[in-house]
Amino acid sequence: MNFDDTPEEAKFRAVAREWIGANAPHELDADLKRSGMGGLRLPGRDVLTESKAWQKKKADGGWAVPHWPKDYGGRGATPIERVIWQQEEGIYNQLSAPFAIGQGMCGPTVMAYADEDIKRHYLPPLASGEKVWCQLFSEPAGGSDVAALRTRAEKDGDDWIINGQKIWTSGAQFSDYGILLTRTDPNVPKHAGLTMFIVDMHAPGVEVRPIHQMSGGREFNEVFFENVRIPDSHRLGAVNDGWQVSLTTLMNERMSIGTRLNTGFPEIFEFCSRFELPDGPAIDDPAVRAKLATWAVKASGLRYTAFRAISSLSKGERPGPENSIGKLVAGVMTQDIAKFAMELEGEAGILADPDEAPAAALFQNLLVRSPGMRIAGGTDEILRNIIAERVLGLPGDIRVDKKVPFNQVPNR
Amino acid sequence: MNFDFSDEQKQLRDSARRFLEKQSPVAVVRRVLEGDEGYDKELWKGLAEMGFTGAAIPEEFGGAGLGHLELCVIAEELGRSLAPTPFSSSIYLAAEFLMAAGSEEQKAKYLPKLASGEWIGTFAFAEGVGEVTPDRIASGASQGKLSGTKVPVPDGEIADFAVVAANTGGSGVRSVSLFLVDLSGAGVTRTPVKTIDPSRKHARIAFDGAAAEPLGAAGEGWSILTNVLDRAAVLTAFEQVGGSDRALEMARDYALERIAFGRQIGSFQAIKHILADMYVSATLARSNCYWGAYALSTGSAELPEAAATARVSATQAFQHCSTNNIQVHGGMGFTWQFDCHLYYKRSNLLALNLGSLSQWENKLIERMRAGNSAKDAA
Repeated sequence: MNFDDTPEEAKFRAVAREWIGANAPHELDADLKRSGMGGLRLPGRDVLTESKAWQKKKADGGWAVPHWPKDYGGRGATPIERVIWQQEEGIYNQLSAPFAIGQGMCGPTVMAYADEDIKRHYLPPLASGEKVWCQLFSEPAGGSDVAALRTRAEKDGDDWIINGQKIWTSGAQFSDYGILLTRTDPNVPKHAGLTMFIVDMHAPGVEVRPIHQMSGGREFNEVFFENVRIPDSHRLGAVNDGWQVSLTTLMNERMSIGTRLNTGFPEIFEFCSRFELPDGPAIDDPAVRAKLATWAVKASGLRYTAFRAISSLSKGERPGPENSIGKLVAGVMTQDIAKFAMELEGEAGILADPDEAPAAALFQNLLVRSPGMRIAGGTDEILRNIIAERVLGLPGDIRVDKKVPFNQVPNR
Repeated sequence: MNFDFSDEQKQLRDSARRFLEKQSPVAVVRRVLEGDEGYDKELWKGLAEMGFTGAAIPEEFGGAGLGHLELCVIAEELGRSLAPTPFSSSIYLAAEFLMAAGSEEQKAKYLPKLASGEWIGTFAFAEGVGEVTPDRIASGASQGKLSGTKVPVPDGEIADFAVVAANTGGSGVRSVSLFLVDLSGAGVTRTPVKTIDPSRKHARIAFDGAAAEPLGAAGEGWSILTNVLDRAAVLTAFEQVGGSDRALEMARDYALERIAFGRQIGSFQAIKHILADMYVSATLARSNCYWGAYALSTGSAELPEAAATARVSATQAFQHCSTNNIQVHGGMGFTWQFDCHLYYKRSNLLALNLGSLSQWENKLIERMRAGNSAKDAA
């Protein structure tokens, strides 16, 4: 049992470290170090422009998406090398956020289902960050129950015509393409009538409207489709096989290990170490200590769970299901931490101006952002269902709509 | 990175599981629980013959000379099977004390007997209600004689000898020294005490001028016992993880088997979510225990923080899983006949052996703070 690299891993790490040292945008170091929990801020600069610049530079050096095949813009790195790259990229990894969904979910789906000429056309610019992708699955009537989506795709000659609405689409406002899950047959049960496409986000009839979130931010969007044409060559997988295709996408979401999961623990520990209660630093209070210890072992448990997964990758094995607990633990923990810090701040805990509030309003910011963390990418409840059914082998829910044609399922 | 047990260590775990499934079925646990025997003698003999008791004891002292990673995988299986033996007192505590602080003569005298299971050792620490602090140790020793009362002492009635913490003058951490005391000698009175988990017996031991031989230097007791408690905490945490996993499996199996409202109860989300949360806490605890095992086996400076982390996480997990195992079983979980209560009782016993959860939470934060300021200074 050890944390050491194998000789090959050490060699890869040294090469990656040297390249990053020589090429990273060091002028952003101070801002990147300061960011983190509160989201990336680069005062006086445009985040997307800086992100694209770093991604392009990585592409030119062969580091854009290291674990992809060379033909599609990668360098054929192994899964463990992918993790090592992420560890070495460190603070600059924050600049990869605009491409995370495209490279993490859309790309692997295209790779698995598109024709070769489509792959060669679309994947290299996705890898290099020249084109940004989004994932268009959720709908107003299909969130946790995504297979209940209603956006229609109807065949018209060699094209498909799309009408409907998506919601909660991250990054749609700056995306060039997306993978789009649609309903192609409403006369069969819901999972059996779906089809996946590549859609051009600049095509006529696509309209993106940012959602004003409770946090004040506008990271998510609604996307409307009105008679948008997609050539049949841009279909991913067989007609009505879209559910299977979407599972590939979601599976890839689970495979991304090593990306640091924010829990808020380092922040609350630091805060309690310095924050003075009437009797001394908060961290000396037994009630504060009990809370901190409970969060400490969760944060540490997630860290070492990731290390176990990385060890599996290092041995060439698939990581076990234990990695599925991360978001479930981190989401609620962040929310609890935000409330606890504000509670310590007393009446002034309501202050939200970074110039006035303790810790530059970090916890007030987390308070209004954390509810979203417990919903986006699978609600806490859906994640518990997944653990119960796929890990523990419990029976699926009894589903009243399972064998009913979609157009006969009651809806409101 | 290879943050996992080796194939050989996993094989050892498998063989420990097979052995314990055969030699420590629930019937054996219940026999000790419901009887007056202090432990299961056959099982104890078997554990020694398998080489488990001596796993981490060096070969020159009669052990197998493997290491603490091996002892961790054995501990996990002991916890899973609720093995009613003095393994933790004799091996995690007595043997660790001797390895940490014993003279060559003391090691040569005691360790081979502990490795073979011939002698049982224990640690006599608490003196009644409340957290044990240096100033609360009223037992005193001078000129080779020890007096005072220790309660509860795990396996106190069956142990051949005890490591005893006693005051040797003054106050604060330097006032505590450790002694080896033969429990069959004069001046030792032992009486059984009733506990929440009678499958692991405890006793009250009154010392009245009992012959006591120093273990380690005078005034070093607190520092030695702090280290040994950390080591024992990691090993106990593996028992707790083994118990957590078993409680989760029992609940899962029952949720698949039990039909109510015309369906398996495991198809209800109310049940699924309980089980998913049990899986989460058991997984976090296991990963934290691996860190503890790493620190224990490498002699890393991280041990104090890693041990407290493993201890807090595993205590929470075992209590959580054993509590919810009963809940998933419904009324049957509350019966003497079903095994749920065995895990519930053991989880709450282990949560207090070696000190309460809040004490370990306190230690953890104290140690993280020290670690952070060390990093700041570096």
